[in-house]
Amino acid sequence: MLRKTRIILAAIFFVGITLLFLDFTGTLHTWFGWMAKVQFLPAILALNVGVVGVLALLTFLFGRLYCSVICPLGVMQDLFAWLGKKAKKNRYSYSPEKKWLRYIMLVLFIISLLVGGGVLAKLIAPYSAYGRIANNLLAPLWQWGNNGLAYLAERADSYAFYETEVWIKSGITFGIAVATLLIISILAWRNGRTYCNTICPVGTVLGFVSRFSWLKPVIDTSKCNGCGLCARNCKAACINSKEHSIDYSRCVACMDCIGNCKKGAISYVHRPAKASSTEEPQTQPVDTSRRSFLTTTAVVAATTAIKAQEKKVDGGLAVIEDKVAPERQTHLVPPGALSARNFAQHCTACQLCVSACPNGVLTPSTSLTRLMQPEMTYERGYCRPECTKCSDVCPTGAIRPITREDKSSTQIGHAVWIKKNCIPLTNGDSCGNCARHCPTGAIQMVPSEEGNRRSPRIPVINVERCIGCGACEHLCPARPFSAIYVEGHERHKEV
Amino acid sequence: MDRRDFLKIVGISTATGAATLYGCKPKTETAAASGELGPVPTDKMTYRSYPSLGDDKVSILGYGCMRWPTIPNPEGRGEIIDQDAVNELVDYALAHGVNYFDTSPVYVQGWSEKSTGIALKRHPRESYYIATKLSNFSNASRENSMAMYRHSFEELQVDYIDYYLLHSVGNGRTLKQRYIDNGMMDFLMEERKAGRIRRLGFSFHGSQEGFDEMLSYHDQYHWDFVQIQLNYVDWNESNAKGLYESLEKYQIPGIIMEPLLGGRLSKLPDHIVGRLKQKSPESSVASWAFRFAGTPKMILTVLSGMTYMEHLQDNIRTYSPLVPLTEEEKEFLYETGRLIKQYPTIPCNDCKYCMPCPYGIDIPAILVHYNKCVNEGNIPESQQDENYRKARQAFLVGYDRSVPKLRQANHCIGCNQCSKNCPQRINIPRQLHRIDDFVEKLKQNIL
Repeated sequence: MLRKTRIILAAIFFVGITLLFLDFTGTLHTWFGWMAKVQFLPAILALNVGVVGVLALLTFLFGRLYCSVICPLGVMQDLFAWLGKKAKKNRYSYSPEKKWLRYIMLVLFIISLLVGGGVLAKLIAPYSAYGRIANNLLAPLWQWGNNGLAYLAERADSYAFYETEVWIKSGITFGIAVATLLIISILAWRNGRTYCNTICPVGTVLGFVSRFSWLKPVIDTSKCNGCGLCARNCKAACINSKEHSIDYSRCVACMDCIGNCKKGAISYVHRPAKASSTEEPQTQPVDTSRRSFLTTTAVVAATTAIKAQEKKVDGGLAVIEDKVAPERQTHLVPPGALSARNFAQHCTACQLCVSACPNGVLTPSTSLTRLMQPEMTYERGYCRPECTKCSDVCPTGAIRPITREDKSSTQIGHAVWIKKNCIPLTNGDSCGNCARHCPTGAIQMVPSEEGNRRSPRIPVINVERCIGCGACEHLCPARPFSAIYVEGHERHKEV
Repeated sequence: MDRRDFLKIVGISTATGAATLYGCKPKTETAAASGELGPVPTDKMTYRSYPSLGDDKVSILGYGCMRWPTIPNPEGRGEIIDQDAVNELVDYALAHGVNYFDTSPVYVQGWSEKSTGIALKRHPRESYYIATKLSNFSNASRENSMAMYRHSFEELQVDYIDYYLLHSVGNGRTLKQRYIDNGMMDFLMEERKAGRIRRLGFSFHGSQEGFDEMLSYHDQYHWDFVQIQLNYVDWNESNAKGLYESLEKYQIPGIIMEPLLGGRLSKLPDHIVGRLKQKSPESSVASWAFRFAGTPKMILTVLSGMTYMEHLQDNIRTYSPLVPLTEEEKEFLYETGRLIKQYPTIPCNDCKYCMPCPYGIDIPAILVHYNKCVNEGNIPESQQDENYRKARQAFLVGYDRSVPKLRQANHCIGCNQCSKNCPQRINIPRQLHRIDDFVEKLKQNIL
């Protein structure tokens, strides 16, 4: 019963968090947004004392339930471990704790975090590792599925679904996501929770607490016949059946051993163990949760590739060259980030904001110092005035919540004009598309020659009013390089 | 895939489907074609002839070759004409009595003449009249005009052209610039004398004054026919009535273009559809427009750019034979035209003369989408509107479907190179910027 409860809760969390990364409409964040905010590392980075306190208390009471239920990477590993167990029964065995490895990883992780923007921290942080997998590998499948439905909806003259563009935001980040998935899935398939109990810094920290947890699985030596079935099915490899001891720093409270023991010798109780097992009857039936979850993913996977993105150009239409990103001296981070430094210190590169951005503005950085951390660029869209999605979803406080009004008066950068690209000067067409679309009215068109009112009109920028949203850069007709682009600011300010 | 591509493909498949049903053997109409409506008549077409045009007997339905069906180019970028579908449409049209085909060197990205020529070449030359134009818009030099004229014969694979038009003339000034100064007018008169052009005329877009100016050249050039825009909206709401009366005065046969305003007179707001259907439940909405255009006595033929088989069939029914409108019906249509005019649709007939926009904007697709939303009541005026949310969703999602993001109105820089090509005199940048403002308000929810 305990195990089933755990599985059901884990499934709910796992599906919920995964949907956060898949849903590009932003509707699900209202319902499941909190699931990202209760993740341990994001909560610490956001200095969310309440959440950290509750998680610590939870661990102190129930052991590392967090790792079995709330952490999506943990649940994902259980999924692969389950498949591995199907392939080969009783595949695990007890192994002693690799303390030195755990502590070294934790120290390295903390150093990396303190340095700010540390790549190592982002690579091994469990929640962001899962986020990258969901964002890079699952989201495209989901979007293709959606596009299939949009295709059908269009034919049925319904506006219920609309097409979305599927594209790889950064090759490097995509590669890292693939590598992470491969390594972790193989480890989980073969040895269960290896990653969680050697590398994962959250696992190590929670392990400190769970050693002393109030409730934990305890082996009743009077009932135990030493068959070792519990140890051979313990994905954390933490049960030493010979000595009837369990390493609680590694136990993730999955309750598998309790169900596996034929003699009923293991019970989840406050130590010291009582001989009688007083299991509370839980009113949570249904064994199908895991199966149904798997079916859901299978359905999502099956509906992919119904339709590939069609981007063909009509013969009667001029070819439109793709925009190329300008070289920004200072990179751009979204309104709410406060400053590049604050952003770098808090961001775990989970890609939740990248998933949420409806305008294709946020992409993971390829720069070595900020690897995988999102930054803004305006080739596919610009930071629209009505949108605050990234600040709504960010669980770590890297992008603080911001209102539409505040966002429209926060200067994250300023526009710079590039004379040699400007259409009125290069081919004489009158333009002014940047000025027409500037949401703050920071751009005006003036005659290019002083005193000659009939000379081609060029944009001039009032930097004081510019907020750096990129409307001008994105809508500039000059291609591939815009004649106006946004240069980032280290620290954001109100205008 | 955008909506237009989809429509094209559907069009092609319907056309092919229809063709497999009907083949080119009109005598063996299948049950599907018969049904409630009865078979599409093959021998009831109304023909018009005028003493000034000799023995010419022209079907009142003329085939406009400006909207041939296209398919995605199998070799990659762009689209090409679906020649199989064109052949089927042409075969069907000829078999049902249509004998006038109107093309131009610039239609369908310049492929229309060749495609029309291929389809018609498969039939006896004397079984149809072919019309094409001197479309020397971009370069009116004598060399270029001459090359264009000669090229038409090659493309159409003919040694004479039945009806030859000066393409889209608005007044004496354009006539002078494009046809008199370069000596083409004299040349074309010679060609007419030599029989390589059987009838010479012009197509007209412009004001009444410009028209009268053009007709004043009648003594000098003897216009065999003139092509004008006429329909039941433009009759009173624009200058169609005046143009037609001038033709009557000069006794010059008229050819009608835009009888349906590029489909706008069949895609009407619901209550106007209801009004027309109530009057005659079994007639199509389009049939009213065609009967109106065919009714005046001086009309030789009414052109329709029929992309789809069902449109061709519907029009053949309407004109087999033409039942002229009664005075009462005419009044009814004038009133309908007045009601239509109240709708803030943009008078775009999707002729694509404005294309390609050098900045990649899909102008007609944007305007057509906007008009569609006007007709379907999806242009909310404020957030207080009862259907605001639904209309907003329909407008924005439909917009992205009809027009790729990079070809939408917000990319229009206002260079205004398009407006001068618009036969309907639309100030295109102003309309696009207006639509863009509206989209922006919808997106920001600040309407």
